[in-house]
Amino acid sequence: MQPSPRAHPDPSKPEHVVLRLHNDRGEISAAENRLLEALDKFAYAKASRFAVRLAVEEALTNAFRHGHRRLPRETPVTLDVTVGPEEVKISVEDQGPGFTPEAVPDPTLDENLDKPAGRGLMLMRAYMASIDYNAKGNRVTLVYRRPGA
Amino acid sequence: MAASGTRLRIKHEKDVTQVEFVDRNILDEANIQAIGDEITAIIDATPSPRLLISFSNVDHLSSAALGTLISINNRMKAKKGELRLANIDPQIMEVFMITRLNRIFSIHDTTADALATFT
Repeated sequence: MQPSPRAHPDPSKPEHVVLRLHNDRGEISAAENRLLEALDKFAYAKASRFAVRLAVEEALTNAFRHGHRRLPRETPVTLDVTVGPEEVKISVEDQGPGFTPEAVPDPTLDENLDKPAGRGLMLMRAYMASIDYNAKGNRVTLVYRRPGA
Repeated sequence: MAASGTRLRIKHEKDVTQVEFVDRNILDEANIQAIGDEITAIIDATPSPRLLISFSNVDHLSSAALGTLISINNRMKAKKGELRLANIDPQIMEVFMITRLNRIFSIHDTTADALATFT
């Protein structure tokens, strides 16, 4: 649905924020809270908040834990978020060498169920409408669509 | 009440150690590590551990938390212990279903239901 033109500042105008985050729980939590506030502004449901928060958490964890594994701890990750009335677009870019998502084993296979790691990517895929990596494999772009949008 | 520094509330009842999380969100890797260490210490201190983990306070968890639960489950299996999970919020239960981890954990609606299944 196209938003109707308005003479005054449009309250449905997407919110866009770009943050450079360090591997610090306080910074990550503050960023997530800011994202959740933007979702509240557009009255996303509790299930949407859960899905978006989970996906962002997993993307940031992958960036810091895997992407920055061989980089100094203070190396920042870029979080770029656009929250609109119908969808949320999130991009997380690390400064690591990148990886090949297709090479990650399927954690839902019986032989992998008791392996502790490797579920972040599949959870992002499960909860997001789309998930795309750049060619280098160091930037993931997630799109969440409001149910029924 | 949780002791200082712990991320868990722990009580013992009928030879079962019941563990509850202090935090509503189990996301922080440092906290997850601390939780894993604390539960591992409980398992290692008991010859045949019987452990019930309640998620009654938990709104959010990450795949890192799932990983720690799997490590706990593996350790319990190695000691031939009994592990039960209970009081899981429907949204978090969905995560268990998506990851198919509901197949490796014994999950129950309530603490009472879970307690009734210990042998």
